[in-house]
Amino acid sequence: MRRPATLAELFRVFNRLALQGFGGVLAVAQRELVERERWLGRDEFVEILSVAQVLPGPNIVNLSLMIGDRFFGLRGAFTALAGMMIAPLVIVLVLAALYAKAAQHPVASGALRGMGAVSAGLIIATALKLATSLKRNALGLPLGLSIGACTFVMVALMRWPLVWVLAGLGSLGIAAAWWRLKK
Amino acid sequence: MSEFGLHGLGAADLLALFGHFLLLSLLAVGGAITTAPDMHRYVVGQQHWISDDMFTASVALAQAAPGPNVLFVAVIGFNVGGLAGAAATLLGIMLPSTTLALWATRWGHSRRETLGVRAFTTGLAPLTLGLLLATGWILSDPVRGQLGAVALIATTVAVMLKTKLSPLWLVALGAVAGALGWI
Repeated sequence: MRRPATLAELFRVFNRLALQGFGGVLAVAQRELVERERWLGRDEFVEILSVAQVLPGPNIVNLSLMIGDRFFGLRGAFTALAGMMIAPLVIVLVLAALYAKAAQHPVASGALRGMGAVSAGLIIATALKLATSLKRNALGLPLGLSIGACTFVMVALMRWPLVWVLAGLGSLGIAAAWWRLKK
Repeated sequence: MSEFGLHGLGAADLLALFGHFLLLSLLAVGGAITTAPDMHRYVVGQQHWISDDMFTASVALAQAAPGPNVLFVAVIGFNVGGLAGAAATLLGIMLPSTTLALWATRWGHSRRETLGVRAFTTGLAPLTLGLLLATGWILSDPVRGQLGAVALIATTVAVMLKTKLSPLWLVALGAVAGALGWI
């Protein structure tokens, strides 16, 4: 595993991955932080992501705070966050100001739909790739896959409120992990 | 700009907007997008600050732009009250959750070898993956009925799993396919 040498490097990497993140940053974050920079292993990434998702607030914001904090403490947390947010914020506000004209155009709305489809595919691919980390999860592969599949059915198909899924299935997962880890 | 956006929101209105998003921040378990229905209820239904179309367009625009998805909150704020509105919504949605995330990550990191924390992250890992898959599914909702879009999603997944190609190329492909009217 490597680590960022300076705050500037941390800022640059988060800035770079944010600017590549069309339709969400998560897929790019996995590729850049785990595969390209090798700052985190796959398991570590899933672990941090799990905590980032359970905590309230934007996942990717929590994720950048936690990774920045891990390398450089509070300064790192805010540096990673700034790298992630500043340039995209400026871009999106400029786009918002220009939007009224372009939205009426079928080419623009078509391009938007195409990009939306790709961003769905990127997220699905990230989920499948990270699923290999379940092999090393103390729950064991069968139980891990079952819980993952149940989560998908409850949230994507039944559209149950996330709070209930986390409270119910999440507690079950934690209890099972507790029991397996204790042995 | 919207017909009724940007109508010089007063200080009291900005404060109310900020306060509402502060509250939503702590309810946003699973990402900021999970609170979008409540944002809609407040800024469109209750306050009539922006139109229904403007709300939907704000979300789509932020999805198409690079960067974290949470920026859709800034676009809504911008359409409600210009730059001051964007600052109110974005700071509102971020302040409580970032504070909590920083505190929780340090608390958890210093106890990461304890059974409780290990059971927590181990037990929730499969839910995290299920939620990712669910997000991909929900993002594909508007286009899943079309063969072209399904092919594009499948291509994206295959390329991400089998190659090291940057996702940026896939997003560009999606934009072109959409602009040509294939999606």
